[in-house]
Amino acid sequence: MAIELYRIDDRLIHGQVVVGWGQPLSLEFIVLVDDEVAESEWEQELYRMGVPPEMGVYFDSVASAVERLERYQADERRGILLTADIPSMAQLCADTGAIKRINVGGIHHRPGRIQRLRYVFLSPQEEEALRALEGRGIEITAQDVPAARPLPLSDMLSAEGVR
Amino acid sequence: MSERRALVAGHASFAEGIVSAVTQISGRGEVFLPFSNRDLSAKDVEKQMRDLASAPNVTTIFTDLPAGSCTMAARRILRDRPDLVLVTGANLATLLEFVFGDERGAVDMARYAVERGREALATVEDAGRKGSGGATHGD
Repeated sequence: MAIELYRIDDRLIHGQVVVGWGQPLSLEFIVLVDDEVAESEWEQELYRMGVPPEMGVYFDSVASAVERLERYQADERRGILLTADIPSMAQLCADTGAIKRINVGGIHHRPGRIQRLRYVFLSPQEEEALRALEGRGIEITAQDVPAARPLPLSDMLSAEGVR
Repeated sequence: MSERRALVAGHASFAEGIVSAVTQISGRGEVFLPFSNRDLSAKDVEKQMRDLASAPNVTTIFTDLPAGSCTMAARRILRDRPDLVLVTGANLATLLEFVFGDERGAVDMARYAVERGREALATVEDAGRKGSGGATHGD
């Protein structure tokens, strides 16, 4: 499989992704799935500027990613797929049935969310959505950087605050 | 010396650490407003950096990593604050030049500081050979 990591991270492309994961996984392309970014050339250029020139970046809405996921998975290069939120990743999983593991890499503070980990804040609806994904056989773990221990969903949801 | 100031933004304790080094060397750490993106969403990074950048005499934003969320936020801020200059990949030599620079304009000052910061990057492969780049003064 060419997509090494399916990551939910509200910062999308940033240092942890490009350097933290990009170097140890030898990533050669990024698929950024976000309806808002897919509509804005300015946003796309912004994210493209943050990526080394040798690394490919593809921008998709959730709908276009559903159509193209098979091609990305068949790519000979190693890639990472990013969404900024749980609903986008959940939609991608539901419409393709082709994602087996999800990495929760960064969901930060917002009103209505409870802090579970240092880098994971979740609303009750978001927790339910993650449970539903796991119920469909998808492995959910929280892990901000490769050197950290991946935490299973049950540990993530039973955590109370900073870890 | 100019009264210009700058926002220094980066991962974890980067900004706090590098500003403390500026203070130790120059006694002029107040020139910089340090900011950490630690545990913040992209929106909160941008909001907090925008607030800091609106302080009096801030002309420049220094960030640590070209791909980092602080750099992304700074690019968004520059979209409606064209008076600001962004410098990515900042190092200690760059910041010191900014502190001690003359009254030239923000863009020229940033370019000059970047040149000096680049010159400070050097490899020293053994004690008997000259390094590949320039050297900078230290304490």
